[in-house]
Amino acid sequence: MTEATTLPLEHALILSGILFALGLLGILARRNILFVLMSIEIMMNAAALAFVAAGSRWHAADGQILFILILTLAASEASVGLALVLQIYRRFGTLDTDAAGELKG
Amino acid sequence: MYDLLYLVFAFPLAGFLVLAFARGRVGERLAAAIGVGSVGLSALLTAALAGQFLSHPPAGGAYTQTLWHWMSAGAFDVRFALRLDGLSLSMMGVITGVGFLIHLFAAWYMRGDEGYPRFFSYMNLFVASMLFLVLGDSLLFLYLGWEGVGLCSYLLIGFWYKDPANGAAARKAFVVTRVGDTLFAIGLFLLFHSLGTLDIQQALSLAPQQFAPGSPTVTLITLLLLGGAVGKSAQLPLQTWLPDAMAGPTPVSALIHAATMVTAGVYLVARTHTLYELAPFALHLVGGVGAATLLLAGFSALVQTDIKRVLAYSTMSQIGYMFLAEGAGAFQPAIFHLMTHAFFKALLFLAAGAVILACHHEQDIFKMGGLRKKLPLAYACFLVGGGALAAFPYLTAGFYSKDEILWQAYASGHIGLFWAGLFGAFLTSIYTFRLIFIVFHGEYRGHGEVHAGHGLAYGLPLVALLILSTFVGGMIHQPLSGVLPANPAEEGGALQQQVAALSGAVAIAGIALAGALFLGERRFVARLAQSAPGRWLSRWWFAAFGFDWLYDRLFVRPFLYVTRVNAADVFDLAVAGIAAGLRALYRGSVRSENGRLRWYAASMAAGAVLVIAAVIYL
Repeated sequence: MTEATTLPLEHALILSGILFALGLLGILARRNILFVLMSIEIMMNAAALAFVAAGSRWHAADGQILFILILTLAASEASVGLALVLQIYRRFGTLDTDAAGELKG
Repeated sequence: MYDLLYLVFAFPLAGFLVLAFARGRVGERLAAAIGVGSVGLSALLTAALAGQFLSHPPAGGAYTQTLWHWMSAGAFDVRFALRLDGLSLSMMGVITGVGFLIHLFAAWYMRGDEGYPRFFSYMNLFVASMLFLVLGDSLLFLYLGWEGVGLCSYLLIGFWYKDPANGAAARKAFVVTRVGDTLFAIGLFLLFHSLGTLDIQQALSLAPQQFAPGSPTVTLITLLLLGGAVGKSAQLPLQTWLPDAMAGPTPVSALIHAATMVTAGVYLVARTHTLYELAPFALHLVGGVGAATLLLAGFSALVQTDIKRVLAYSTMSQIGYMFLAEGAGAFQPAIFHLMTHAFFKALLFLAAGAVILACHHEQDIFKMGGLRKKLPLAYACFLVGGGALAAFPYLTAGFYSKDEILWQAYASGHIGLFWAGLFGAFLTSIYTFRLIFIVFHGEYRGHGEVHAGHGLAYGLPLVALLILSTFVGGMIHQPLSGVLPANPAEEGGALQQQVAALSGAVAIAGIALAGALFLGERRFVARLAQSAPGRWLSRWWFAAFGFDWLYDRLFVRPFLYVTRVNAADVFDLAVAGIAAGLRALYRGSVRSENGRLRWYAASMAAGAVLVIAAVIYL
């Protein structure tokens, strides 16, 4: 591994921050719950990217272990989330989160 | 046999619980069977206990049954114990015996009322509490029963709660007796402070060693106990609640406000007589209060127009006799008069109930009249009960007890009390026979057909109480000699004969005067009432000497004024400010909870940013 092929940590963190901001924007802007779920996926992957980059910078395996953990988490989240999406569609006939907003004070 | 003692109050208590929890699910017949039957069972048990007590008296003349320890803290140790002696046996006999007859009558009187099971549940609770009161071996236990009967009195005065006037009467009775109860409680604290025990027997045996006769502490304690007694027994100055308490159903007036609860004060003074003997001033005051009340109530009863209010004032005046007797040191005649009074006053109230129902809930005696042909049984009851109330010589129970009181007052040197009692007897016979002559003689002045009651539940209680109100009741001997001190004066002798003859003559003279005034056209009375002093006096007496007016000005209005003025002070503002702040916070959080997922996500993100910024920069 040569010096030229190594990415500086800052670049990886900036990419990760951009991905996270995009995901958050998706959650805030999108009304379709499927896209909201996808945005959450993006945010989680942004966090995972930051872990991997940090692990590579400090030459520690912890970053990659955490990546596997986040991957598992994302998979289980997607399965539960998709099941909920299915139920929401059956119940309300739409995937619009605002139309399904029944829990108000 | 004696170990069944606890069942005497357990039966009515069980009856109360069953009726209270089965409310709405039991019909009239079942409710009556439970309500009357439970008291009947305890009356039977009381009779069996009395037979045992008289044939094989327990060692020392008293039997104590400890059920369990109620509470124990340091030197403060209260046993849940029942004590059966001559005094509590006499009271038990009155409560369960007369109570059973009144319950039976109530089963007839209350039929068709929507609150029938409720009525009997309260009545059973009352009987159980009253038995607590007389059986309790500790003053705290007695106080428990004391409060219990007060509660039942409140519930039953306001039984027909849909009329606000009844609720007001119930509140008045509760609040006025509460004044006395508070004094009573303070007296108990003081007693425990100086003697270290609330056990009645222990306290009574310790008191002569602890207190010098006439010492300020014992005088204060007895005065505070007397405060409780006058509240419960409707004596001066806490007497104003009893006439209003007549708002309750008539069997309630018979049981609670004539026969049993209002005599609890007499019982309390008799039970703690050792303390009163150490405080001669308080004992004098007991007699003075009794004499003043019996005269005041006698004058008021002369001009009342409501049949139950006449009887209420006569109850006050007869309890005045009991206090008078205790003030003269004659405790046994006081308890004897308590028993005969329970018989004839319960009879009068039940007969009044029969008259009221026969006249379609009419209580004004001037809208009755001429009822002796239509209601012969009620007429006979009123003649015998009224005769006993007026102490008609030799034939009635009231004569034996009242004559005994007058003789003891005279012979023990309380001449003032004696003359007050004698004049009170004269008033009693006038107002009693005024009532009888107006209601049962002359022309019928009411509306609607008069229909007499019938059936066993109607006739049996009246006849039984009628028999007990004659000399038969006067023959009953109460086993009081071991419990209460001996009478101050001896029995027999020519002087007692003369006093008896005098009081008999006074009673007959009063009846004759009532006959002259109220039989026939009543022209003289009408002219008397029209004259200026007559109008003024009768208005003054009708309002019971204006005590209600006085208390309204002295206590009620200033209190209401203070509450009104105090409605918006600084503390209230602070409290209101807290409430307003919380309301604003509530409105804000309700608005944030709008059910929009994206809004929640945004606020979470904003919150995370805020927290991270705080962590970094602070």
